[in-house]
Amino acid sequence: MIQDSNQICCDVDGALPLTETSPGREPPQIAGQVGFEISRRERWEHFRCRLGSFRDRYSVAPGLYAFGNPGPQGDVLVSASYKLSFDTLRKELEGLDCWILVLDTRGINVWCAAGKGTFGTAELVRRIGATRLGEVVFHRRLLLPQLAAPGVNAAEVRRQTEFKISFGPVRAADIPAYMKAGYRKTPAMSTVSFGLRDRLVLTPMELNPALKKFPWFAAMAILLFGLQRRGIMFTDIWNGGGMAFLILGLTAVASGAFLTPVLLPFLPCRSFAVKGWIAGLAVVFLTSLIPIVSAAMNSRLLLFAAYLLFPVISSYLALQFTGSTTFTGMSGVRKELKITLPVYAAAAAVSLFLLIMFKLTEWGKG
Amino acid sequence: MKYLADIVTLEYNAELCTGCRRCVEVCPHQVFVIENKRAAITDRDRCMECGACALNCEAGAIMVDAGVGCATAIINSIIGGGEPSCGCDSGSGSCC
Repeated sequence: MIQDSNQICCDVDGALPLTETSPGREPPQIAGQVGFEISRRERWEHFRCRLGSFRDRYSVAPGLYAFGNPGPQGDVLVSASYKLSFDTLRKELEGLDCWILVLDTRGINVWCAAGKGTFGTAELVRRIGATRLGEVVFHRRLLLPQLAAPGVNAAEVRRQTEFKISFGPVRAADIPAYMKAGYRKTPAMSTVSFGLRDRLVLTPMELNPALKKFPWFAAMAILLFGLQRRGIMFTDIWNGGGMAFLILGLTAVASGAFLTPVLLPFLPCRSFAVKGWIAGLAVVFLTSLIPIVSAAMNSRLLLFAAYLLFPVISSYLALQFTGSTTFTGMSGVRKELKITLPVYAAAAAVSLFLLIMFKLTEWGKG
Repeated sequence: MKYLADIVTLEYNAELCTGCRRCVEVCPHQVFVIENKRAAITDRDRCMECGACALNCEAGAIMVDAGVGCATAIINSIIGGGEPSCGCDSGSGSCC
């Protein structure tokens, strides 16, 4: 197969002027031959990408790949060097013969890379030159994912390379239907959805960083609640409200990083901070019904501190989810932060003050 | 789902529009439609300021202050200065 595609390239005399990045006069090199099959190992790798930092190392080498048996008239699909993006594309292309041009996006997916400019005009122009695409295919058409458009200026690419860009569907799964329809998109094909499943797969990446910071919170709670005039008494941590605070802390994380994303459309208000706060308030209320929690929360000071602090933690974590959504813009998030950051700081300070008051009254009793 | 009302920086000058349809092609939220051979804005609140339309409008009819709508990125830019950009390159693994 590779030989076939090389054969095609060798027959073509390099008609376009070579760019400075091109390696010489040898035939253009094809980076590899790929198919639509996703192996069991790749499925496991895709799963790991959803969970954590494995995604940072999951990349595919930039270059021109042959999918099936594309000739010089084969379509050229452009993708990112994040292997999950590349695999998501190729698994939808069963039965097609085309070229896949992988840009160097430093292992980042199409949309994020386009936002950062790494899936951008300059890299596309450079990669067209480096792979000598103009010698591999006779036509001058490129099919880009629609979500590459924030980074790629189609008119500029055409000026510099003669290649004419079509921005295809948002989802790779729609590509065969898009091609069958004569390279026309339905409005549904060009709209980004954000359904329950989309939100759910993103939650591990919200929970992970939040839980990594949890030990700091736990250490502070243990120190504060364990602190006695006699020293740090670990027996007092559990009955003195420490246990309750650890449980509430965990449920606040779950509320902001999991429940709010999942229940996003059903929570009132458009503001993520408010959505997260409401979810947090409900979760604190429900958690405080648990007998060991309610038994420990016997002081009004503790109760106030808990209701002040935990919904705010949930709210802060919910705001972080704006980075994963498909519909929040920079101006809106800026406005939310401008209002909420001082509120968060104040709430944290006041609840700490209340906790110290609580400790002082405890010591007064002792 | 829509985000905050009346906040997006999207500006559109219909007089400059050539009706090339690029904005309709690139917008992920169907903010633009073609009416009488020119683009028209349907619902500004749907805009997420990704900047695809403005970048690809050859007529220069569209302007938007594009950037990432990500709290972490914006907090980092407040602390460290500069434009908000997610830390995808740094291997923090906590981003889009």
